[in-house]
Amino acid sequence: MSAFRNPFDYKVRLHRGGCSCGRHHSQAEHERAEALEARALQDRAVEGAVMRALFPQDEVRRRFLKAVGGGTALAAISTLFPLGLAKEAFAESIGPLEKTRLSVGFIPITCATPIIMAHPLGYYAKYGLDVEVVKTAGWAVIRDKALAREYDAAHMLSPMPLAISIGAGSSPIPWTMPAVENINGQAITLALKHKDRRDPKDWKGFRFAVPFDYSMHNYLLRYYLAEHGVDPDRDVSIRSVPPPEMVANLRADNIDGFLAPDPVNQRAVYDGVGFIHLLSKEIWDGHPCCAFSASREFVTAMPNTYQALLKAILDATAYARKPENRKEIAAAIAPTNYLNQPVTVVEQVLTGTFADGLGNIVRDPQRIDFDPFPYESFAIWILTQMKRWGQIKGDIDYAAVAREVFLATDATRLMKEVGMEPPADPVKSFEVMGRRFDPSQPQAYVDSFAIRRT
Amino acid sequence: MAGNRPWLAPLLSLVFLAVFVGLWHLATRTTAGEVQVDPEYAALVGAAAATGGKSAMPGPGDVAAKLWEHITDPFYDRGTNDKGIGIQLGHSIARVLLGFGLAALVAIPLGFVIGMSPLVYRALDPFIQILKPISPLAWMPLALYTIKDSNVSAVFVIFICSLWPMLINTAFGVASVRRDWLNVARTLEVSRLRTAFQVILPAAAPTIMTGMRISVGIAWLVIVAAEMLVGGTGIGYFVWNEWNNLSIANIISAILFIGLVGMLLDTTLARLGRAVTYKE
Repeated sequence: MSAFRNPFDYKVRLHRGGCSCGRHHSQAEHERAEALEARALQDRAVEGAVMRALFPQDEVRRRFLKAVGGGTALAAISTLFPLGLAKEAFAESIGPLEKTRLSVGFIPITCATPIIMAHPLGYYAKYGLDVEVVKTAGWAVIRDKALAREYDAAHMLSPMPLAISIGAGSSPIPWTMPAVENINGQAITLALKHKDRRDPKDWKGFRFAVPFDYSMHNYLLRYYLAEHGVDPDRDVSIRSVPPPEMVANLRADNIDGFLAPDPVNQRAVYDGVGFIHLLSKEIWDGHPCCAFSASREFVTAMPNTYQALLKAILDATAYARKPENRKEIAAAIAPTNYLNQPVTVVEQVLTGTFADGLGNIVRDPQRIDFDPFPYESFAIWILTQMKRWGQIKGDIDYAAVAREVFLATDATRLMKEVGMEPPADPVKSFEVMGRRFDPSQPQAYVDSFAIRRT
Repeated sequence: MAGNRPWLAPLLSLVFLAVFVGLWHLATRTTAGEVQVDPEYAALVGAAAATGGKSAMPGPGDVAAKLWEHITDPFYDRGTNDKGIGIQLGHSIARVLLGFGLAALVAIPLGFVIGMSPLVYRALDPFIQILKPISPLAWMPLALYTIKDSNVSAVFVIFICSLWPMLINTAFGVASVRRDWLNVARTLEVSRLRTAFQVILPAAAPTIMTGMRISVGIAWLVIVAAEMLVGGTGIGYFVWNEWNNLSIANIISAILFIGLVGMLLDTTLARLGRAVTYKE
């Protein structure tokens, strides 16, 4: 082939080292061209199928085309039959995967349900992926392993992709959050000895634990305390403790309570060391918690793999939404390979029929729910809280960061493809403890709080 | 006295063990619960919580049952995050041997150079003194950040913690070879290389072996903590995973296995050490 190359063109490589066929500058370019070619072939195949269906006899088709001309025929048929849509629909299911063996990290908590259950229940395999779900010891480790590309995608707390992207707590690396894992599903658990001190005003001097500094747990606990007039930095102490250590610390009386992901709260009840004071849905019903996240590099360099992975997770999320499937999921994710918890603990979390630690059985099917849509307003709220508690210094463009990190557009399209109903507006307004949040006025919202660190 | 009755010491060991297990059994004995709760509620919580108490420490019986489970099926593989204790120990031992081997490759030649040249010794001493007391785990975040691979980072931590005892002992052993022997070698006009291998090495070998023995002990101590941090595989990960499940019986079994393997590593190096000792 090299005989046909222009040796005076600086883009041309005369030595070997291009792609496998020799016609492209790099293997990546070769693969792109191949994918385009495959797409063109697919389109032709769809057109062929439509024409065969319209004109069962080839003689008739040829006469028709001769009479009106190919271009007119195509236009005429397109008005009758949505050819473009048919091609789209056909392409969706194919698209060559750039990589099929993936490694996805998770923290063993029920928030990760869609990521985990997609493995035993076969959702990854359904989209042609061979995914290894790897249990990870803590949020900082999962962040470092994801940054180090050891994981292709990872389960993170929804503030983490924002923090990574703006460089809070680590060097800034463009990160994305294509889907929310779960909504609600957290709780404030207190040590049993505090069962008569249910009013937050009596909590001065308490030692609380949250899983990570950049977590919804931290922001929700701070919000809840501050709304009750307790300054989260001065009146109580809040430290980050890995979830598995929380129950052990509560038992050893090192902490008075925690706002933690499940199954930690239910486990504290199961082991008789604490009681569930409040579900996080009572602070903000429908709040996001954990997220499915990937680097922007992964999303742009492997678009098909990313879409397949996201579709597998969205599909799993859709399954997890249905209350009747929750028992099956609990049994699938409780074993040692995944959460490593007694089945009943996981089942109580997922079904919402649970023991509260004070002798009552509570029935709240909304205790945890799964809604993958990454509303941009969620991101803006999280950023306002980062700002409020001094994790972000200086001015930021709330809406721009939210749009960059929370990939609402992709989620809308892919949710439709797996048969889910995406919301019409990627920005929604909501209430947190009765206080309305207007995503268009983030700075005014930050300034409206009496207790803040700005 | 003990020489006459060699069975006395093992017997005493058994008595100690029996006393310990007995006390343990007494301390963890579960008392029958009195508080009665609604049976539907009781089904949702653990046995201890249902009777109004906290979940208890497991007794010797529970631990023995778990231990038997691990011994009879040490090599199962039920997915990425659930492997038998034999496989986990294998991963840990492999990491330790790799890190330790690399450290030996670096520390022994470097120790030789340092020990043979008082100038190099004095020049490198401040660095060694500063680097030696750093807890190996303090290197972990730095290693993860720069190496960008958790497995290699764990090996690196083992490498760095086994380096210092070997380096210092080798240098010390080489530096304190008896002057007379070196002088004899010089009078016989033995080449420097031959002196190093045939006079200094055998003379310093016992000290070097002591350094290696200390190193392997430290490496085995550190691997458990390192694996608890990075996760994935290894006995440290196993302990962390069972802690996640608050399964104390599993943790105690793992502790016993960690002790056994540590003892094996130590005895092996002690044997090797005895092979190179000499009488002056």
